[in-house]
Amino acid sequence: AGDGSGPGGSAEEDGGPPAPERVLFPPTFSVSEIKNKQRRHFMFLRWKQQQRKEKLAAKKKRRKEREALGDKAPPKAIPKTIENQRVYDETTVDPNDEEVAFDEATDEFAPYFNRQTVPKILITTSDRPRGRTVRFCEQLSTVIPNSHVYYRRGLALKRIIPQCIARDFTDLIVINEDRNVPNGLVLSHLPEGPTAHFRMSSVRLRKEIKRKGKEPTEHVPEVILNNFTTRLGHSVGRMFASLFPHDPQFIGRQVATFHNQRDYIFFRFHRYIFKSEKKVGIQELGPRFTLKLRSLQKGTFDSKFGEYEWIHKRREMDTSRRKFHL
Amino acid sequence: SSQVVWDTLGNRQFCSYKITTKPQNFCRNEYNLTGLCNRSSCPLANSQYATIREEKGRCYLYMKTIERAPFPRRLWERVLLSKNYEKALEEIDENLIYWPRFIRHKCKQRFTKITQYLIRIRKLTLKRQRKLVPLRRKIERREKRREEKALIAAQLDNAIEKELLERLKQDTYGDIYNFPIHAFDKALQQQEAESESESDAEKEEEEDEDTDKREFVEANSDESDLSDFEDMDKLETSSEEEQEEEEEEVEKPASHSKSKGKTPLKGPARRKRRYIEIEYEEETEPTTKTKAA
Repeated sequence: AGDGSGPGGSAEEDGGPPAPERVLFPPTFSVSEIKNKQRRHFMFLRWKQQQRKEKLAAKKKRRKEREALGDKAPPKAIPKTIENQRVYDETTVDPNDEEVAFDEATDEFAPYFNRQTVPKILITTSDRPRGRTVRFCEQLSTVIPNSHVYYRRGLALKRIIPQCIARDFTDLIVINEDRNVPNGLVLSHLPEGPTAHFRMSSVRLRKEIKRKGKEPTEHVPEVILNNFTTRLGHSVGRMFASLFPHDPQFIGRQVATFHNQRDYIFFRFHRYIFKSEKKVGIQELGPRFTLKLRSLQKGTFDSKFGEYEWIHKRREMDTSRRKFHL
Repeated sequence: SSQVVWDTLGNRQFCSYKITTKPQNFCRNEYNLTGLCNRSSCPLANSQYATIREEKGRCYLYMKTIERAPFPRRLWERVLLSKNYEKALEEIDENLIYWPRFIRHKCKQRFTKITQYLIRIRKLTLKRQRKLVPLRRKIERREKRREEKALIAAQLDNAIEKELLERLKQDTYGDIYNFPIHAFDKALQQQEAESESESDAEKEEEEDEDTDKREFVEANSDESDLSDFEDMDKLETSSEEEQEEEEEEVEKPASHSKSKGKTPLKGPARRKRRYIEIEYEEETEPTTKTKAA
């Protein structure tokens, strides 16, 4: 089996018996020390096979032990996932926390949640939007009720904002575009609300989604916010919730979902139907996109003098793979 | 000797400032007045020459005379022009008095162009400027990959379905959906499991009555059921498939919730359970299965 006089440093291995089960390597030996590539590759494969066999044998043994023990067997080990291993964030919201509840009752979204204001949304883009972005804006405006699309035409945001406030808009969405593709979203709550800046990716327009549904109707959709656990996540979630009118029309059977997973917020828009009380069918209509929060500013949009509540700092925040902020 | 210079550099031999293109030759010399490579525009081949150059927003007139030709350090004389456009033009005229027409004219033209672009710069800096942020390839790749993994981990459809079912259980939808007994029973059982077996007994009795009623009604309500079935066929839902699959009651309430929540058929819907099994399987097999939800 090609053993014996291989060129280079195959002198370190064992006599080279062809039977893989009896291969015994001296303890300080590693497969990577063989200089000859072909030989090294061969030895590595053999080593891998051996590892696999050992693993399988160990598994079988464990299963037998478990069966033998029967009821007294120790519980099955839970596999580790990133969500399991997530570094505990101190700002995680406890549902019974009074301080959080108090904060939420007095922050900028309180009037919305108390039903004092009805959301009215202005959607606009950066300068000179191209076709895809324009279509995306239109679709977004059908998804969000009571929203209007206006073109930018070179106006400065700082000057738009007072006009918007004067006309009773509650939220401003600016979709930034680069090379025909929307890639950023600025969501600003208007009467001096927080401004969130997101990076937007994997935007799919309605015709690119594989589904057979019709267009979203005019009914007010429900909102699902999943997995917003920390304080920051809570405030972002409330921002999203305040885009939609507070009273969904269940007749429409539409639902807009913002699902946060590992700091990526996935937006989907579905129509659901309850086939039975344990089974529901959903059908995707409407655009989909994912957002990643880049910064959260306290006031309205002001890139120079604004007070930032949170900025994504890559060097500090991306050091651990198990640490998430939303 | 300027003629000699031109004969060598200009046409015959190599000039490092010269750029040849079709059909024009350009001169890259910074003191060149027009930017083209001509006999009259070459600063090397003319011993008396002048240019306008701009530094940090201010314009200067540079002049070269034959007297200073042996002193390269002092060769170019520089005059600051005033910020006022007309005054500057007069200054150019003053300084270049008795100079050849060509140079005077071209100097003034160049000065005009320069002032125009300076004005534009000032105007543009007042407007918003687009900031270009470079993408870092490694980071982009990393983010993309993490997003894909997060998408897989999220299992969005399942999560949404779970959430909707939760909301159904917690009765946020109120009376729209009539999935009556199971959810109701479960809730009741959970709440009253500790005490009151009486309610359980009552429930059992009710169920018995229902089953009796159901048996009764099967025979009678044929026509109404059929008419309902016709309506069902017209509707676009996948109700047909579901009926084939399950023994549960539900499509009636669902479809009627679509047709604006008619509740009157609550009764027969519930009772139709077993009836549905029989009828639907026969009727709907030949019809094409339209979309799944």
